[in-house]
Amino acid sequence: MKENKIISVKNLVKNYGDFQAVKGISFDVFEGEIFGLLGPNGAGKTTTLEIIETLRDKTSGEIMVDGFDVDKYPSAIKQRIGVQLQAAGYYPNLNLTELIELFCGLYGIDVKPMEMLDKVSLRDKARAKYKELSGGQKQRFSIATTLINNPRIVFLDEPTTGLDPQARRNLWDLITTIRNNGTTVVITTHYMDEAEVLCDRVALVDNGKVVVIDTPNNMIDELVNSGFERKKEVKKATLEDVFIQLTGKAWRE
Amino acid sequence: MQQKKYNNVRATLAIAKASFRSILRSPSAVIFTLAFPLIFILVFGFIGGGGVRVDVGVDKASDLENPVYQALQSNRLIHLITTQTEEEMQANLSKGRLDAMINISKNAEGQKPAYRIDLQTTKASINGGAIMKSVLNNILYEMNMQGIEPSYAELKETTVEGREYKTIDFILPGQLGFSLLSTGIFGTAFVFLSLRIQLVIKRFFATPVQRYSIILGEALSRMAFALIGALFIICIGHFFFGFTLINGVRTVVDMLLLSALGLVVFMGLGFVVSGIAKNESSVPPIANILTLPQFLLSGTFFSVSAFPEWLQPVSRALPLTYLNDALRKVAFEGASLLDVSHQVLVICAWGVGVYLVAVKVFKWE
Repeated sequence: MKENKIISVKNLVKNYGDFQAVKGISFDVFEGEIFGLLGPNGAGKTTTLEIIETLRDKTSGEIMVDGFDVDKYPSAIKQRIGVQLQAAGYYPNLNLTELIELFCGLYGIDVKPMEMLDKVSLRDKARAKYKELSGGQKQRFSIATTLINNPRIVFLDEPTTGLDPQARRNLWDLITTIRNNGTTVVITTHYMDEAEVLCDRVALVDNGKVVVIDTPNNMIDELVNSGFERKKEVKKATLEDVFIQLTGKAWRE
Repeated sequence: MQQKKYNNVRATLAIAKASFRSILRSPSAVIFTLAFPLIFILVFGFIGGGGVRVDVGVDKASDLENPVYQALQSNRLIHLITTQTEEEMQANLSKGRLDAMINISKNAEGQKPAYRIDLQTTKASINGGAIMKSVLNNILYEMNMQGIEPSYAELKETTVEGREYKTIDFILPGQLGFSLLSTGIFGTAFVFLSLRIQLVIKRFFATPVQRYSIILGEALSRMAFALIGALFIICIGHFFFGFTLINGVRTVVDMLLLSALGLVVFMGLGFVVSGIAKNESSVPPIANILTLPQFLLSGTFFSVSAFPEWLQPVSRALPLTYLNDALRKVAFEGASLLDVSHQVLVICAWGVGVYLVAVKVFKWE
């Protein structure tokens, strides 16, 4: 049973001046699961994530990460989480190997850069600069930097936004592998299909509030049990399935 | 692994190393710190060699085997030109490209005086002509007076032995100061602005690194780069252009210490610029407001005393003026750091002021 709470968020509120971006969000994340924050742009997903990551101050509420209070032990939390930011850049003029060495120094940890790059299949790009990578490669490299300190939890903020279907599916495989290796994953997305395929449990966030938290399956079953019917008959595959079937699953980069 | 205490020194050095690699690969840093000052040093080094020179054309018909011509040849002020034709010389003379023209002819055997000298000067170069006349008069006087007691007064000349103050001795410290100024301001401002805008710093903040490690790491790498650059400039100046280092290695060390102090102050200005600038394209205008006046007014190319009097107080308010001044005193006069304590204090005072502003305007996000 996965009842071991690794993150607990209670009544989280965040105000920017008069604007209330997060209006009393509560949820728990269990150890070893992929937990999704699902919602439209501007719902408050990123703000919530960055407060848990200790990158942003909260207005009120209580947050515990792996047994540490975000207010009292931000440094301890930073040592045991891995963070991928939406649109973060990396130090200019350095290649991937050198960037990983830099992060090793920042975390105070020794890993072999090649091993990290192998985890995300970027070994042959070891001498390339970050800005020379394709969109999918950039996201994979970002994920590699979150794994350097062998974290208990990784946070991924919209990792698949803007990627093509192949890159997106391969990123799903990568994220699943990370979870299978024992790391808890918290991910934000606004793609419903992604949440359905990838996440063990999902919190639907809208307008700064959690609407519902459950497994994707339960949510769908509940809706169907309430008598909901799709207007169009559901086919057994989507257009994306057709595309992947016809073009192959190989990474295009 | 996670029990190990977090090591701030290691994080700082990791940033310093990354930053140093990045600087070496950034063309603008290398150009401003090394290429730019070196070009000026090369240009002035080759032009230099002691201010005044008088170009004198020698008529093709002129007699060249006589003591007067030989005396002119050995005079360092006079540059004799024998390659031009009569017409070229006349044309150049009227344009002022030649300062004078000379023709020495031998009178018939036994006739006195033995030589006749025709000197042509030009209104296009009155000073040059006057110098040539005076040099010629001097030579002829000495020769004419041989064996004759002076009837009125005799001139006895002595020259005090001194170190020759070469152009490079003035130019090099100025270029060094300018190199430090541009590395400090442009380099620091660009790096912190782009790290902020591209969210590199935000990603750093998701690691346990401390803020001071980021500042210190950047400062260390820039310091290392600038001092290696300074050493390089000094070495090129010394070995190729005879830049004077009175006390040898100790002078170099003193110059590097002064450079380090100057760079710390200039980096403070860089922090200020990175805080004020909204994006990368607004860095150069703001940075130029801080560098250009110092470039022109701080005795980089001309001595401050050459400026009109109303401008001199402005020059004497700028930190680069004092850095240049201190560097020149240390290198050429062999002053110790204690002897230039006045300059050092002014630079430090600037440092305090600059960092007070920097702390107020610097932005992390």
